[in-house]
Amino acid sequence: MSKSFSAIGQAEQGEEIDREAFTPGIEPQATWCPGCGDFSVLKALKGAMPEVGRTPDETLLVTGIGCSGKLNSYFESYAMHSIHGRSLPIARAAKLANPGLEVIAAGGDGDGYGIGGNHFMHTARENHDMTYIVFDNEIFGLTKGQTSPTSPKGHESKTQPHGSAKDPIRPLSLALTSGASYVARTAAVNPRQATEILTEAIEHDGFAHVDFLTQCPTWNKDAKQYVPYTDVQDSEDFDFDVHDRQEAAEMMHETEDKLYEGEVLTGRFYIDEDRRSYGEEKRSTGEMPEEPLAERYFDEEADWERSYDLLDAHK
Amino acid sequence: MTGDELIWRIAGGSGDGIDSTSQNFTKALMRTGLDVFTHRHYPSRIRGGHTYVEVRAADHAVKSRGDGYDFLLALGDSFARNPQDGEAYYGNEEVKPLTENLDELREGGVIVYDEGLLDTDEVENFDERVEANDWHVYPLDLRSLAREHGREIMRNTAGVAATAALIDMDTGIFEELMADTMSGEMLETNVEVLEEAHAVVSEMEFTHDLEVPTGSHDEEQVLLNGSHAVAYGAIDEGCRFIAGYPMTPWTDVFTIMTQHLPSIGGISEQVEDEIAAASLAIGASHAGVKAMSGSSGGGFALMSEPLGLAEMTETPLVLVEAMRAGPSTGMPTKPEQGDLEHILYTSQGDSNRVVFAPGTVAEAYEQSREAFRVAYEYQIPVVIVIDQKLSGELASVPASHFDREPNPDLGSVLSEEEIQEAPHHASGTFNRFRHDPEDGVSPRSIPGQKDGRFLATGNEHTPQGHIEESPDNRVAQVDRRTRKLDSIREDLDEQEHSNQTYYGPEDAEHGIMVWGSQQGSVEEAVDRLNEQGESVKMLGVSDLMPYPKADVTAFLESVDECLVVEMNITAQFRGLTQKELGRFGEKMSSLLKYNGNPFEPAEVVEGFDIQVNGGDEPPTAQTRIEPAAGD
Ligand SMILES: Cc1ncc(C[n+]2csc(CCOP(=O)(O)OP(=O)(O)O)c2C)c(N)n1
Ligand code: SF4
Ligand SMILES: [Mg+2]
Repeated sequence: MSKSFSAIGQAEQGEEIDREAFTPGIEPQATWCPGCGDFSVLKALKGAMPEVGRTPDETLLVTGIGCSGKLNSYFESYAMHSIHGRSLPIARAAKLANPGLEVIAAGGDGDGYGIGGNHFMHTARENHDMTYIVFDNEIFGLTKGQTSPTSPKGHESKTQPHGSAKDPIRPLSLALTSGASYVARTAAVNPRQATEILTEAIEHDGFAHVDFLTQCPTWNKDAKQYVPYTDVQDSEDFDFDVHDRQEAAEMMHETEDKLYEGEVLTGRFYIDEDRRSYGEEKRSTGEMPEEPLAERYFDEEADWERSYDLLDAHK
Repeated sequence: MTGDELIWRIAGGSGDGIDSTSQNFTKALMRTGLDVFTHRHYPSRIRGGHTYVEVRAADHAVKSRGDGYDFLLALGDSFARNPQDGEAYYGNEEVKPLTENLDELREGGVIVYDEGLLDTDEVENFDERVEANDWHVYPLDLRSLAREHGREIMRNTAGVAATAALIDMDTGIFEELMADTMSGEMLETNVEVLEEAHAVVSEMEFTHDLEVPTGSHDEEQVLLNGSHAVAYGAIDEGCRFIAGYPMTPWTDVFTIMTQHLPSIGGISEQVEDEIAAASLAIGASHAGVKAMSGSSGGGFALMSEPLGLAEMTETPLVLVEAMRAGPSTGMPTKPEQGDLEHILYTSQGDSNRVVFAPGTVAEAYEQSREAFRVAYEYQIPVVIVIDQKLSGELASVPASHFDREPNPDLGSVLSEEEIQEAPHHASGTFNRFRHDPEDGVSPRSIPGQKDGRFLATGNEHTPQGHIEESPDNRVAQVDRRTRKLDSIREDLDEQEHSNQTYYGPEDAEHGIMVWGSQQGSVEEAVDRLNEQGESVKMLGVSDLMPYPKADVTAFLESVDECLVVEMNITAQFRGLTQKELGRFGEKMSSLLKYNGNPFEPAEVVEGFDIQVNGGDEPPTAQTRIEPAAGD
């Protein structure tokens, strides 16, 4: 257990964690519409945390902007509700600064696959040891129903009145090719699986991407309500090895196509337990200290190098 | 020719090692006991293109590149693109090391050129100009000398040796310097070229009387530039995290930090873009590490939204803005002070940041330290503004300037024990953003600390961090955040050392105001003007936000009129001063320059003469005067 951050590793010391600990003492009234899928993400996350064994004080939940970005208003932990599309770069730096923290980032499909798409690609590529939950409702919820990167081709909205001419983005495939080492999809209508997948994702040592299908009854009434869904691991119809990149890629492609044909496939699509996390990589090349950097600022014994000792090259 | 100063210019092609050769020469002069100062001119091109470095050395303090120069070492340009036949857009490049450098060479100056690569027949009116200016010309086949005793690329070494011989320096000090960075055969051959070339030139008949000045230092000097100084200030304040994306000239600070951080337990991250870079610094700072990022104009524009997030969430953040000439890609390797308003006002809503613009290498170190102290104490973003000039020019500074205690203090952060005592909401949430702190600073907790949980949000928020739009809360939070700037102003005013620089006789009638990197040239101009019988003093302003109203008011009240010197066309600093003080419009005129080159002292002297004495000469084509309001 850390001296300066005594919350870190609390649970390892045998402290019981109650899922209610993740409910704020006085809960702000949710701004989410009745029936919104976002409630399910909140619930699944609260369910996962005790399983993972981390407490609110050692968890940092960084969100973007959107209905989804409000997640940390209703979830008790350290949190940053940042700006549109930028949860990942903030979250991954926090993890580098203090690897002892459990770092989770979350946001919408517009936030993560649109405006923040570049960060998604690069954070996956670097394989930071963190979890990224994308609330995929195939729509811009907060800004009142515009077409999003995952809206189906032909989707009509006030900003694409003649129907979107664009094919939707392929979030699972994108995560895989970018380098994510855990890729899954779950759905709001599937709370048990959602909790399991979030638990696994958080426990995974590397970048875990969860595309979380969340219905938006307010702006996306016509969208599939993600039922009935099929768990690709449970179904006899699918037989692929989640550890095999090639097979995973094919399965993802099929899953992404099927979603728009009305068949909701969920489950784990790719797991690579061997790839080292970014932190490990950086430590192995001597580019990151062994001890969490954040600890050093609280350590009164720490030695701080001075520029005066670097001046030889200037003499 | 005066014996107390030498300005040497080495000219050649980009990619031919001009930079490192000049650096060694500068160090050599510094080691002999002289004060040194350099000026770099280079194109936005990797291989080829005319480039030069000027080295000024004197037995007294030197604060600018000076005016003109006395000694030209013209080397060839290995990558010159010459027209095959007829005219080419960029002209005859091969001969540019000569043609581009003659206008500023002083009367009686010395020219050494590589006759193996340069042909004076290609230079228009060369012989006439030599005669008219009483220049002393020494054609030397440096290329062959280098080839004969080593390899062709060692013609820089041969050129340095020739210079040394001509100004009466021996080779010992250069050999020492070479031994610092080379070894084995490389060192041996270089030394051979050096000694041979020195011997050959020493045998020659000299017609000039230019010599290296002699000087001595009371204490050990170090040679560094503004980028080093900013980086070293950061290191000494305990900054151990940097995130960046390359962009000239910011890349220098980024590279220097990256070179040192791993070995001192820090982390450097080259990331996908500048939005990410600033966001990473915010994330690291939020998690309890002293962090920085930065860029030049274009990249800084991308940081606009994260900057606002840091303001709103009160996350300490230090950003460097290394200006270059804009708009857009502008002139990547040329300095300008055109980003002031961009830096002060970018990002939505009322600005809530601190901006420092150091004027010298030594100030860059001081103010980089100050930036971290203020950012972490007051939980606010601080921008350090430098430019292509300050970032790259080398100057000698006493080593003792850096002999200071480090300050890794995280500022207004609570320990776990203090968090237990601190006010919490009935719900158990820590009150991270209290309304009541008088100085505006509500101490923060760090993720991982027990019972310090809070939500940091870019939305307006309650003391607990919850999103809230009620008018009363809004006013209380805006007032408190804005109050921090008043507290910072008071804090800065109480410091033993002001960030503002005063120069010249206190009771002078006339004033010159300047901000950032042009300070040294203005100081030298002030010296000259006073020697000419004028009565002038200078105020160099570094605090741009919060603006040092008391300092500037007192200065402007004490003078009859004031010339404001800056490197842009829109007189941004003068505009800021007028906006902040609401008066003095009729006292302030501007001397502006925006051609990509910094002010030379003589240009300031001339501008002053025209504006103040109504001198009838028009300003040089390269500067421009904006008279005072109502003038
Ligand atoms: C830079 C920027 N551009 C635009 C917006 C406006 N905006 C807020 S949320 C949002 C899209 C939300 O869609 P999504 O990310 O899918 O989240 P959802 O609301 O559906 O959960 C937009 C465009 C913003 N806040 N910032
Ligand atoms: S608009 Fe849609 S996504 Fe947003 S809260 Fe309402 S139902 Fe949920
Ligand atoms: Mg959405």
